[in-house]
Amino acid sequence: MSYFGNIYRGIKTLLTGMSVTGKYFLTSRKGAITQQYPDNRDTLKMFDRFRGEVVMPHDEVNEHRCTGCQKCEIACPNGSIEIIWDRQVDPETGKKKKMIDQHIYHLGMCTMCGLCIEACPTDAIKWAQNFENSVYDRSYLTKVLNKPGSKVKAGIED
Amino acid sequence: MNITLSITKNIHNWLFSIMPEGIASIAEMVLIAVVYLAIFAVAGLYLVLLERKVAAWFQLRIGPNRVGYWGLLQTMADALKLVSKELTGTVKADKFLYNLAPYFVIVTALMALAVFPFTQEFQAFDINIGVLFLLAISSIGVIGILLGGWSSNNKFALIGAMRSGVQTISYELSVGLSILTMVLISGSLQLSEIVEVQKNGWLIVQGHIPAVIAFMIFMIAGTAETNRAPFDLVEAESELGAGFHTEYSGMKFAYFFLAEFINMFIIAAIGTTLFFGGWLSPFGITESIPWLGVFWFVGKTLILVFLMMWFRWTFPRLRIDQLLTLEWKYLLPLNLLNIVLMALIVWLNLTIQF
Amino acid sequence: MDTNIANSNLKSEDYFINMGPQHPATHGVLRLLLTIDGEIIKKVEPDLGYIHRSIEKMCERDSYQQIVHLTDRMDYLSSHINNEAVCLTVENALEIEVPERVKVIRTIIGELTRLASHQLWWGVMGMDVGALTTYFYGFRDRELINDIFEETCGARLTMNYNIPGGLMFDIHPNFVKRTKDFIAHFKTKLPEYDRLLTGNVIFQKRMKGVGILTKEDAISFGATGPVGRGSGFSCDVRKHHPYSALDKVTFKETLRTEGDSLARYEVRIQEMWESMSIIEQLIDNIPEGDFKVATNAVIKLPKGEFYQKVETARGELGVYVVSTGTKNPYRLKFRSPGFSNLSLLNHIAVGGKIGDLVASMATLDIVVPDIDR
Repeated sequence: MSYFGNIYRGIKTLLTGMSVTGKYFLTSRKGAITQQYPDNRDTLKMFDRFRGEVVMPHDEVNEHRCTGCQKCEIACPNGSIEIIWDRQVDPETGKKKKMIDQHIYHLGMCTMCGLCIEACPTDAIKWAQNFENSVYDRSYLTKVLNKPGSKVKAGIED
Repeated sequence: MNITLSITKNIHNWLFSIMPEGIASIAEMVLIAVVYLAIFAVAGLYLVLLERKVAAWFQLRIGPNRVGYWGLLQTMADALKLVSKELTGTVKADKFLYNLAPYFVIVTALMALAVFPFTQEFQAFDINIGVLFLLAISSIGVIGILLGGWSSNNKFALIGAMRSGVQTISYELSVGLSILTMVLISGSLQLSEIVEVQKNGWLIVQGHIPAVIAFMIFMIAGTAETNRAPFDLVEAESELGAGFHTEYSGMKFAYFFLAEFINMFIIAAIGTTLFFGGWLSPFGITESIPWLGVFWFVGKTLILVFLMMWFRWTFPRLRIDQLLTLEWKYLLPLNLLNIVLMALIVWLNLTIQF
Repeated sequence: MDTNIANSNLKSEDYFINMGPQHPATHGVLRLLLTIDGEIIKKVEPDLGYIHRSIEKMCERDSYQQIVHLTDRMDYLSSHINNEAVCLTVENALEIEVPERVKVIRTIIGELTRLASHQLWWGVMGMDVGALTTYFYGFRDRELINDIFEETCGARLTMNYNIPGGLMFDIHPNFVKRTKDFIAHFKTKLPEYDRLLTGNVIFQKRMKGVGILTKEDAISFGATGPVGRGSGFSCDVRKHHPYSALDKVTFKETLRTEGDSLARYEVRIQEMWESMSIIEQLIDNIPEGDFKVATNAVIKLPKGEFYQKVETARGELGVYVVSTGTKNPYRLKFRSPGFSNLSLLNHIAVGGKIGDLVASMATLDIVVPDIDR
């Protein structure tokens, strides 16, 4: 009789499985786990800690907070950040001061580890929540973070 | 007089009036073949779409929704893409057999469609051994799979083809025997006759217990015949990559793919005809309008197709030895017992008739 | 007919199949050289190195803060636990006592990682045996955990949330609520996993008695994690050498003695329940305090050798650091669980069918970057 018992139990387990999928088929909202991505761009909001890419915020008078201390460059594990700097005479104090010329960020090499942002003493760089990073040529992924003509905000020292 | 029948009758009369009898009947056959081909190529494509939509709903997804309204043109676009693709092949493949294999599969699938009575008198080929014809035709299809697997000179394809041989030969038996059970009660091999018999109640009701058992066995074996999950060892994705059609591309792959879905439709159509009264409406509610039979036929068939899809998207795959165990140790003995039971019921006149 | 006569008269040869490096069942770029007689597996030779990135060598180049983020890329499904292993090693070597808050948060996120990993494993486990729907149900629940990670850590997979000395930043205000919601949600969904797959007669037949690994073999192959515990080898590092806040919680170490694929499967399902219970014990009383202790900007480990092991979702991950007192390790060795677990594949798969190989490999829960590093 265990032969028929096996058949009965087997069919019962199969029906149990079918009831699970059948329940979802009938009751759940169709497409409950699908995000229709390019269509929902307007409503899609990333979490504010999301690591999209490194940016350097500038204020309205085109001033940033980067002193060129190169701590981010040292902290970066794979050389995604290069800082080209120069010593220039500060017009206010008349002393020679380290100024950045270009803060170069290779997005194509970045592993989004966040060590540069942790290392920055002046909060000059931060994460942007932008995730659409694909471009047609990888040279576009090398970005200069400080805007042309920008200068460091007065009073920021490392 | 209903519209569809009068149209076909008019065409028939017109053809015979303008040409000699021999040519006219050949022309008529060609015409019908072309119509069937067109209808079922499109129907096959929409079955693919249905499968994808149903799968998506089981899996909480949306499914294809970009091409056409609600994704209705998605499979058309896929077919167009496959037509335009290059036909690749392996260097050491047996070219003749390799190219022949897909046609075996698709031709047999389309041939089997000819004998189904979609509604009263709407049947391309009312052969008096229709059931036998179906069984014979459906077992040719496996040759195409074997050829494809063998000739593409790929080990994965070969394993898939060998599995297919083993599987189809085994399950052919169960399909045949469960159909035979129903033939016992209907007393005819002619499909239109089988439907006529069911005017006194569908065979699954007439034959009650043995008919239900036969239906269950038929659905299991039929799913296995079409090489669909949980019996998709032939193309077992996680084991063999794509199985027997690993080396096929473009339209030849599309033939295999389409044939799978047409075969699924055929199995469901056999089930409808043998168990659920074919084109007959439940309780004869639309008996006065015969062309509505198509609606009932397709509706019942799609319900059975849905059942097979439900199987596919729920169950894990069997292993090859378990597949054979299921057939030879469970389905076959049960089937033989079931035939005896059915014979007894028919003999003692215990059928339920309205 | 006597089979021996048949064999002697017919010439038959074993043949070879390359399973991988691109194959749906090898979960990445693992290549298996199979020697097959028909459907029966005669020999399985894993061929590694397709995703070798020399992480251990790169560690010798990097500072200790930078090493942490490399471990994300090893076993990417338990990245938080990998990070924790390196951080614990460094903290132990420096003899830093991290705040209680850090310990508790690390444990909670570690268990969430384990849950996420097991959910993904359950999904692909179903796929490997042919039940395609499990994948989406597993991922649906995993997505909620990933959202928790993304909100708190900023990334879904390679979180790099740990730093030597604590955490990179404090948990997000929503963290506790989201975690509680997830636990409540998943408690209703986990029984569904059982109903859909575990109980299924086909699945039971596929798994029961397949790929048997005895306790002795498990120990001699160095199998750890659910693979070892499925064979009755009590090897849970969380139990035997508790780290972080794991000594404050009570949980059962799941052990099965059968050693077959089903046992390994059930161990993981049971572990999900245990992980949820651990999270529930901790989530309501995360102690207040700092989320990190200050370390030097340049961490120099004292001269010597340091070892720390943790329990990742796959088993025991050991971090072995040889330091010469500089800011970089002289040598850093990861004892990865996947490597040892893969080594026994030949042992458990020989004699089975191709389907058995795929099913047993799925229960080993292999992550190829963890094996190759």
